[in-house]
Amino acid sequence: MSKITVRNLNLYYGSRQVLKGVDLQIRERSVMALLGPSGCGKSSFLRCLNRMNDLTKDSRVEGEVLLDGENVYDRRVDTMLLRKKVGMVFQQPTPFPMSIYDNVAYGPRSHGIRRKEILDEIVEQALQDAFLYGEVRDGLKRPAGGLSGGQKQRLCIARALAVSPEVLLMDEPTSALDPSSTLRIEDLIKELAKKLTIVMVTHNMQQAVRISHDAALFLEGEVVEWGSAGQIFLRPRDMRTEAYISGRF
Amino acid sequence: MGKGTLYRKRLRTVEVFASAAIYGASSLAVFLLLGILCYVFWKGWGILDPVFLTSVTSALKQTVGIGGNMVNTLYIVVLTLLVVMPVGVGAAVYLNEYAGHSKGRFLVEGAIEILAGVPSVVFGLFGMTFFGSVLHMGYSLLNGAMTLSCMVLPLVVQNTQEALRAVPQEYRAGALGVGASRWHMIRTVLLPAARPGIATGMILAVGRIAGESAALLFTAGSGRFLPRLDQGLPGNVWELLGKVKSSGGTIAVELYLQMQNGRYDVAFGAACVLLVLVLAIQVLLGAVGKGAGS
Repeated sequence: MSKITVRNLNLYYGSRQVLKGVDLQIRERSVMALLGPSGCGKSSFLRCLNRMNDLTKDSRVEGEVLLDGENVYDRRVDTMLLRKKVGMVFQQPTPFPMSIYDNVAYGPRSHGIRRKEILDEIVEQALQDAFLYGEVRDGLKRPAGGLSGGQKQRLCIARALAVSPEVLLMDEPTSALDPSSTLRIEDLIKELAKKLTIVMVTHNMQQAVRISHDAALFLEGEVVEWGSAGQIFLRPRDMRTEAYISGRF
Repeated sequence: MGKGTLYRKRLRTVEVFASAAIYGASSLAVFLLLGILCYVFWKGWGILDPVFLTSVTSALKQTVGIGGNMVNTLYIVVLTLLVVMPVGVGAAVYLNEYAGHSKGRFLVEGAIEILAGVPSVVFGLFGMTFFGSVLHMGYSLLNGAMTLSCMVLPLVVQNTQEALRAVPQEYRAGALGVGASRWHMIRTVLLPAARPGIATGMILAVGRIAGESAALLFTAGSGRFLPRLDQGLPGNVWELLGKVKSSGGTIAVELYLQMQNGRYDVAFGAACVLLVLVLAIQVLLGAVGKGAGS
C-alpha cells in the first residue's frame, strides 16, 4: 500500500531547477532511503513532502505529492496539519533551549493540549518510543542542552513522535553522530518503521543496506532508479546506480 | 646539531613600543572612566542628603532637592519602555520573520537606520509640535515618553533583529516541523531564545532615555513637583496615573537647568544620583535578560 505518491514533481529555487520530474512511491510502514551525491536534490525532495520548502525564498513547486491520496500542494491544505502528520528530524540535533520535558511537549502544546496528565503520558510514551526514557527518566526537567549528541537526536525524534505523525522525514539523522549512537538510531528507525512510514536521506550506503526496505537514487535532481532495497543494491538496472553504490561517484 | 640558538638575543623595538602603546591606551581609557566617575562623586557627594533626595527645589520652602526629578525619571523610563518595547520588538519580529525579502522591508530597515542617526534635539522639536500641539499633549511626561519612544525605537528594533538573526535556523524548522503555527513558534521559541539580545537593546535604551535632556526640555518640560499622596487609596492611584499629563523634568533636564543657573553643586549631586539610578536599572534589566539563559 502506497502512503506517499509523487507524480512529476518539479522544484525550482528562483530560476534554478532543483528537482526534475520526480516520480516515486513510498510504501506504508517501510523505510525509504534516498541516496545520491551532495547537491543532487534529495534533501530538497524530502522537504517537499511536508512543504518545508515553502519557507525557502523564491521556491516554486510543480506536480503532485499525494499523501493518502490527498495532494499536499492543494491550496486547501493546512500546512500545520500536514506537518503534524508528516514529522521531520534534521541532520543537526537541535533541541530547543528548554527542558527535556518541554521539548517533547512542544508539539502537543502547540496544538492546544494543556492538561498535565495527558501531556505527561504523551511525553513518556514519545521518550519510550525514541529509546530515551530510561536515560532521562530522573531528569525530565533538566535542560536538553546537557544531553549527549546521540541523546539529543533521540530527543528530537521523540519531539517529532509526540504529535503522533504517520510519516517521519529524516535528513541524514546520524551524520553528526558517533558510530555507537548511529547504531542506536538505526535500531530505533527499524522499530519505528513497524508503525510509521520513514523517508530518510543518507550518505551512508551500509546504513541504507542495513535498515531500508526501499531505496531511490537521485542524480542532478532526477530519480535515476528506485525500487526495493534488495533490487537496488544487488541487481541495479541502471549503470549509474551500480556506479554509485559501488562507490564510483 | 642544528645551527643557531632559539634564545632571543634582544627585544624587538617595535614589539616593545607596540605593547607600550596598547597598554597605555587601555589604561588611559580606564583612568578616564574612573576619573570622571570619581570626580563627579567627589564634587557631588557633599550635597547628597535625605532632604536633597526627597524634596524639591523651592524658594518658598527654602529647600534644594531633586526628589521630583527622580520620580519623573522613573516615569519617563517606564512609560517609554512600555510604548517602545512592544512596538520595537513587534516591528523587528515582523521584519525578520514575516516580511521576507521584499522591497518594503528594505525601505523600513533603511528608514530605521536613518532614524538612528537623527540628533535628539530634532526629536524634541518634532515632539513639541506634533505630540504637544497637534495631539494636544502639551508639556507632559506622556509627550516626553512618546518623543523618546521615537528616539530609541531604532535601538530596540535593531538589537531585537540582531538577536533574532542569531537564533539558529533549526529552531524555526524544528518548531514548524511539528506543526506549530508561526506565531506559536515565535512566542515560545524565538522570543525566549532572543531574550538576552532584546534585554541588551532595552538596557541601551534606558541609558539614552535617562541621559537625554535636549529632546525632553520642550516636550516633558521641567516640572519638579512630587505627586501628592495624601488622598486615600483611589485618590492616590488617580494622582499617580494623572501625573503623566503634567509637566515633569527628569534628572538630566534638572542637571542641565542647574548648570545654566550656575548651581554646580546641585548639578553634581544630580549627576551622582543619575549615575547610580542608571546603573541600578541596567543591572536589574541585565538580570532579567540572563534569566532566559538557563
